Amino acid sequence: MTLPLLMFFLLAALAVAGAVSLILARHPIRSALSLIVVMVALAGLYLLLGAEFVAMVQIIVYAGAIMVLFVLVIMLLNAGEEERTNLSRLAGPPGLLLAGALAAFLVTAAARSGQFIAAGGSEAPSGAVSTRALSGLLFREFVFPFELTSFLILVAILGALVLAQRENS
Amino acid sequence: MLILNHLWIIPLLPLLGAAANGLFGAKWKNRVVSAVALSATGLSFLAVLELFREILEKHPAQPWVQSYFTWIAAGTFRAGFDLQVDHLTLVMLLVVTGVGWLIHIYATGYMAHEGGYYRFFSYLNLFMFFMLILVLAANYVLLFVGWEGVGLASYLLIGFYFLKKSASDAGKKAFIVNRIGDFGFMLGMLLLFRTFGTLDINTLSGMAKDVATEPLGQIGILTASCLLLFMGATGKSAQVPLYVWLPDAMEGPTPVSALIHAATMVTAGVYVVARSSFLFTHAPTAMLVVAIVGAVTAFFAATIGLVQTDIKKVLAYSTVSQLGYMFLACGVGAFSAGIFHLMTHAFFKALLFLAAGSVIHAMGGEQDMRRMGGLAGKIRWTWFTMLLGTLAIAGAPFFSGFFSKDAILFAAFRNETAGRLLYALGLGSALLTSFYMFRLMFLTFHGAPRFDQHHVRVHESPRSMLAPLVVLAVLSLAGGWLAAPAMLGQGPDHFAEFLKPVFETAAAESAPGHAALASGGEAAAHSLELTLAGVAVFTALIGFVVAFWFYLRRPQLPEKIAAGAPGAYRVLSNKYFVDELYAAVIVRPLVWISKSVLWQSLDARGIDGAVNGVADGANALGDRLRRVHSGNTRSYAVWVVIGALVVIAVIFWPQLRTAAGVAR
Amino acid sequence: MVPTSYYIILSAVLFGLGIVAFVFKRNVITVFMSIELMLNAVNLAFVAFSRALGRLDGQVFVLFVIVVAAAEAAVGLGIIILIARQRQSLNVERANLLKF
Repeated sequence: MTLPLLMFFLLAALAVAGAVSLILARHPIRSALSLIVVMVALAGLYLLLGAEFVAMVQIIVYAGAIMVLFVLVIMLLNAGEEERTNLSRLAGPPGLLLAGALAAFLVTAAARSGQFIAAGGSEAPSGAVSTRALSGLLFREFVFPFELTSFLILVAILGALVLAQRENS
Repeated sequence: MLILNHLWIIPLLPLLGAAANGLFGAKWKNRVVSAVALSATGLSFLAVLELFREILEKHPAQPWVQSYFTWIAAGTFRAGFDLQVDHLTLVMLLVVTGVGWLIHIYATGYMAHEGGYYRFFSYLNLFMFFMLILVLAANYVLLFVGWEGVGLASYLLIGFYFLKKSASDAGKKAFIVNRIGDFGFMLGMLLLFRTFGTLDINTLSGMAKDVATEPLGQIGILTASCLLLFMGATGKSAQVPLYVWLPDAMEGPTPVSALIHAATMVTAGVYVVARSSFLFTHAPTAMLVVAIVGAVTAFFAATIGLVQTDIKKVLAYSTVSQLGYMFLACGVGAFSAGIFHLMTHAFFKALLFLAAGSVIHAMGGEQDMRRMGGLAGKIRWTWFTMLLGTLAIAGAPFFSGFFSKDAILFAAFRNETAGRLLYALGLGSALLTSFYMFRLMFLTFHGAPRFDQHHVRVHESPRSMLAPLVVLAVLSLAGGWLAAPAMLGQGPDHFAEFLKPVFETAAAESAPGHAALASGGEAAAHSLELTLAGVAVFTALIGFVVAFWFYLRRPQLPEKIAAGAPGAYRVLSNKYFVDELYAAVIVRPLVWISKSVLWQSLDARGIDGAVNGVADGANALGDRLRRVHSGNTRSYAVWVVIGALVVIAVIFWPQLRTAAGVAR
Repeated sequence: MVPTSYYIILSAVLFGLGIVAFVFKRNVITVFMSIELMLNAVNLAFVAFSRALGRLDGQVFVLFVIVVAAAEAAVGLGIIILIARQRQSLNVERANLLKF
């Protein structure tokens, strides 16, 4: 059991635990905090995969901004404990079955897809080089989607403003 | 070369007349309507005369064809608006336009007090147009256009008094029965096209020369197509078994009966058979069928005519009978004799119908002969012209009918296959014809008046009606003289000579009869002809004498005979119950099928059921499916997941299969 | 090294858990968070593949996903606030006006 492998299992277990906790928590704030745990675990996994920039972005933006927003909204709305979830007749058993099937599919597919992917991966390139390469890719080949996302953010800001406006009027 | 280069003038003029009267005639005075109609037909007649002169003078290539435009071009099939003229066409054109014009003149007098005057003349001109197209057509397709068109005009004119149920029923009957014949005609055309690849008459004529004659008794392609074409002819020319519409057609005004159902439309079938002589001569079986059907019809119709009491019905059955003669002639190969009889019949039958119309007009609408009598003194012109017509039809010597009928009987007698039978039927019909025609004359014009002379004021018809009668009477008398020289041994039969180029192949190849001519020599044949003529005249005389005896000397005799043989009398006066037979065997089952099966079961329950069923099904399905929209977000979520699952399954299907395979 | 398929399996598991949460939770904010969980699972798969194939395109895509998730979260939460104010409830089942 090499170190990377051990790290992987730890982080993976953390992530799964967080996800399960999200499901089982009754208070939404607990779910939010569980989700933060998942995200941090994933950031760790990204580091393991040699994607440092992505890991940082995950922490800063996802866990640091988006989840904060979620927590803010939960507190703003004073979301209380959820009622006891009795599995609805419609969604209950079939839903569980479906989710299980879906997962099984994906897992099998993933396991089977060994032939496509080289077992393991190449050595992670050195940090500086990889971020530089990433930015090169981003601003050269993907400059158009990049500009579109900035536009998208602008739209989102405007949307949020409009929504905020409405309650005052 | 005016008309030769512009043949289209001849049919176009009546079409313009029909259009003018049809579109504007409602607002015009009768005088204007008549002027338009008469000039349209009259000018057409003048054009035909001019054409006749040009042909005689210029001797253009026979037949003279003018192609105006391509009407149908589909794959290898081509049918153009092609008009042709040869000597046969000329004869037909002269009869159609000449007699047609005379009848138009008559109609201006006869229909003077009728409502719908403009409509009548519009239809009459329309009929002329189609008939001329039929006669001038150079291919069977265009001929069929004319064929159908005259059927349409006939329907419109028979049902002219459309508010009278019997009239509109008669119109429908005529059209429907004709349609049955037309079905055969179309099949014949299709068969010809399939075999030869063209329906152009001259092309076919050329091709037919190279086709072997089918032996008697065998039904090959040619025989089949000829029989099918003849089926159409039986419908249009009222032969057995499709003659039943003609007597009913008497519901139309008398000029219509004269023009369409005596002189022109009904002769279209004979014309088609004559025009197709190049086909028929290669199919002796078909010719035999034609001859037998013609002879049987001639006799059969004559027997019915014996006991009819309506003056027009007698003439109607007489027409059927005389048409039978024409087919008999064609069937034994004497095509020019058949056309000759067509011409003379047009003269005297039109005359007889118009004169009958004059009688009806004089009697204020009475058509039953039992309520006539003693009219000879009161309507002298009508009586005299009708007498001349009767003499012609009976075959009195030197009248036109004499020459034409004798030519036919002579040719029939010499037929190798069935000469004796055909001659017997022909001669028998001649006897009956003479009898019932003189019966008609005696009942109508002679003896004591059997009607109330105070209520009915018998008056002679106006000049517009009498003038055509006189002209036709002259033609009935002199029309046959073209053939006279041959009979008297002083020269050729001009009429037959005139038509010789048309029927050359027919004459050459119709073996029966000409062998006798060749072997016995001309003198022997000629004396046979004279003998037969004598026999015919003798039988006509017998008919006259018997009629004289029955209806003038011993008027009670006919009733006693009828009473003595009630069964036979009933059968004859009910026209052998043929109409009733058709109604029971054909009409009623068809109506039943249409109603119960096709309408109620198939249409109402089947098709409507299917359509409504689809709608109901869509309704039901929608009703079930709408429950998906529960408003429950979570169930939507489940559906989303299901969808995702399906997509993933589809994508990963191959790998899952191998996975399953490996796992096992 | 850790085999790539392990990462994929983890991603699949997380995704499945996200779906379970999506289907079964009643609080609309929690449902929203489950969507974020699913997105994260997918991100993991992207990065893993990017590493396996030796190309950086996967990571670029992850960046885009994060950006879009941010925008979506902003607007979505705005809407949720409005709806919650309107209905006085955060229960997903209460929003059933689209019922047939």
